[in-house]
Amino acid sequence: MSETTETTYKPTSPNSKLDFASVWEYDPAPESTDHVEVKEKYELFIDGKFVKPSKGRYFSTTNPATGKKLTEFAEATQKDIDKAVKSARKAFEGEWSELAPKTRGKYLFRIARMLQERAREFAVLESMDGGKPIRESRDVDIPLVAAHFFYYAGWADKLEYAFPGKTPEPIGVCGQIIPWNFPLLMLAWKIAPALACGNTVVLKPAETTSLTAMKFAELVKDAGVPDGVINIVTGAGQTGAEIVNHKDIDKIAFTGSTRVGKIIQQSLAGTDKRYSLELGGKGAMIIFEDAPIDQAVEGIINAIFFNQGHVCCAGSRLIVQESVADKVVQKLKDRMQTLVVGDPLDKNTDVGAINSENQFNTVNKYLEIGINEGADIYQCDCELPADGYFIRPTLLTNVSQSNRVVQEEIFGPVLTIQTFRTADEAITKANNTPYGLANGVWTDKGSKIFKIGSKLRSGVVWANTYNKFDPTSPFGGYKESGVGREGGLQGLSAYVNLK
Amino acid sequence: MSEHLEILKTYKMYIGGAFPRTESGRFYKVFNNEDELIANACLASRKDFRNAVESARSAFSGWNGRNAYNRGQILYRIAEMMESRRNEFEKELTAIGFTTNEARADVNASIDRLIYYAGWTDKYQQVFGSVNPVASSHFNFSLMDATGVVAAFAPDASPLLGLVSVVAPIIAGGNTCVVLASEPYPLVSITFAEVLNSSDVPGGVVNILTGKKEELAEHFAGHMDVNALMITDKPSSELHKKLDELASENVKRMVKKFITDWYAKDAQDPYFITDFQETKTTWHPVGF
Repeated sequence: MSETTETTYKPTSPNSKLDFASVWEYDPAPESTDHVEVKEKYELFIDGKFVKPSKGRYFSTTNPATGKKLTEFAEATQKDIDKAVKSARKAFEGEWSELAPKTRGKYLFRIARMLQERAREFAVLESMDGGKPIRESRDVDIPLVAAHFFYYAGWADKLEYAFPGKTPEPIGVCGQIIPWNFPLLMLAWKIAPALACGNTVVLKPAETTSLTAMKFAELVKDAGVPDGVINIVTGAGQTGAEIVNHKDIDKIAFTGSTRVGKIIQQSLAGTDKRYSLELGGKGAMIIFEDAPIDQAVEGIINAIFFNQGHVCCAGSRLIVQESVADKVVQKLKDRMQTLVVGDPLDKNTDVGAINSENQFNTVNKYLEIGINEGADIYQCDCELPADGYFIRPTLLTNVSQSNRVVQEEIFGPVLTIQTFRTADEAITKANNTPYGLANGVWTDKGSKIFKIGSKLRSGVVWANTYNKFDPTSPFGGYKESGVGREGGLQGLSAYVNLK
Repeated sequence: MSEHLEILKTYKMYIGGAFPRTESGRFYKVFNNEDELIANACLASRKDFRNAVESARSAFSGWNGRNAYNRGQILYRIAEMMESRRNEFEKELTAIGFTTNEARADVNASIDRLIYYAGWTDKYQQVFGSVNPVASSHFNFSLMDATGVVAAFAPDASPLLGLVSVVAPIIAGGNTCVVLASEPYPLVSITFAEVLNSSDVPGGVVNILTGKKEELAEHFAGHMDVNALMITDKPSSELHKKLDELASENVKRMVKKFITDWYAKDAQDPYFITDFQETKTTWHPVGF
């Protein structure tokens, strides 16, 4: 890779390094936390009530940006799950599935509106508990949560139009297990379509990010949703396993790692339980020489550093045409130097805290693996906060297709870079992992987009953009990235039986 | 004129567009309904299955890349070829106990099923795909795309109509497949393979093995380069569990259709196609 040696900085020059800091300095711009209330501890939400866990055990959650304890959550064990499933069953049989579809929809509309009203509170809590920049929780996560409920609310009384020639019926009680990267958004992706289709749910948020789910439980109460329709139980893997293996649950919906997804699919073996799985990914971004390079660089930054790279569809592999590789990599490095890494609650922050100590260790382990495999590492020079879990945005160059850092999901701000000469080579490299969740392609030529897009084996193809989400847009993977889709008309299939 | 001694047909398997014997050299005896030996069928091995998956994988990209109209034409061509060889199918079906009328009805239904799915190839995309009105400045659309290589067990009790009902929707949607024929009645499946072979279906798109489910089931479910498994006869609960478990190793899609009456209304619909489709959603910015 060639070195560019500009010394004069003129921000508008296409060849200059980007320099924002020496022109304007960023003052701290922290979002206030005064208006949010975090209780000492949270109970389980079962049958419309907040109840103590049967074994009386609680676990604590930390703010990953400070490493300090934030609050405590109840640990749901087998008895609690049983209670939650019974309440969901009762609500399903007695009430929810019998309710006029229009009324089901109106409850969801109500939830959507109340979420909008309390958007700021939810955004702040999401950043405190999960470490994501307030800019993202405020502008992406929470607006999408409300939009998702709004979208599926409208489906509740129109389901017969979604399945030509068939009559959709609710499945029953759904057990739903969600991850820590988009806590409230994943809750919305699970609960909104399930309820719209007439099911009731028992949902378990991730153990490191249960705060907004418990706040959501309060909102559910405020919205007057009938008791037992939504049950939220907190806990770690064992609690999840109790849900997966519960005999009276009709369907499991899971978002998380491929490793755990396989365990769930295996646990359900031989049963009639339905399941949908939203698993890991290793998205590739193919950059052609005719691509708008500056836009592509912005796209790459957003693809891999959005939400600290804790995104199952993150564009974590850059596959760039050889002729422009040096240029793209140099521009990428320059752009990376301008990223603000730090306090998630600061409105200037681009990259926040790694979600947990555990994940911090995982990402660092992969950096070590990459270096041992012979990769060259490049990181931002930025200063990191003294406390909390932070990792500098990272590039790994000089990697090959069989390297673990190219094949395995790192789930952190780490981008591997490979080059290609022909379109076929790019497609082969992009498809050559066990995953198939999302890929990107950058080129100015429309016909090339459609050709490449048709050959990419993934559920999402972002062309000249990346990491865009919308409730109307189905999301989900090929191959080991999962089974089923969430979002859009197609997302309804996961929550109905067709007769 | 001396009496003509009938030439007996050697029933081999269908892999990669060729008719090899099993690499294992093994066979099993096939009887008619009067317990007379009518053929020695190949007893497929695990290696045969792996070869077949390899063929199916190499054929996948080309077949999935065919345009929908072309796939429809080819499915229609299969029906044409079947019509022209209906006597042979009917003879094979009566040999295993179908009455003449039943045999005729089975061939009729099989031909109609092919036509049914031939007609769907350029329509399911329109019915199940969508343009999605996203709230940002993007054009966003979802298309159906074939899941990949599908392994399937054809139903034992319906050796022709059942087989056709399994294969047609899988390939109509651009997938390629490896199918294990009805274990007791494998002969019509090989005649069907001969029909496929003369119908412009590229080699490797459909691969048909004959043999014992008991031996092969776990390999079908466990193969890491198979994307979906279709089962049509309800297995024992033990085997059912085992197949699901093996499938989980590469998040294989399990499609279970325990259909006993392949003439029934719900034995054909476009959802048989979408069971083997992935939704692919594409985004592109809109602007000057």
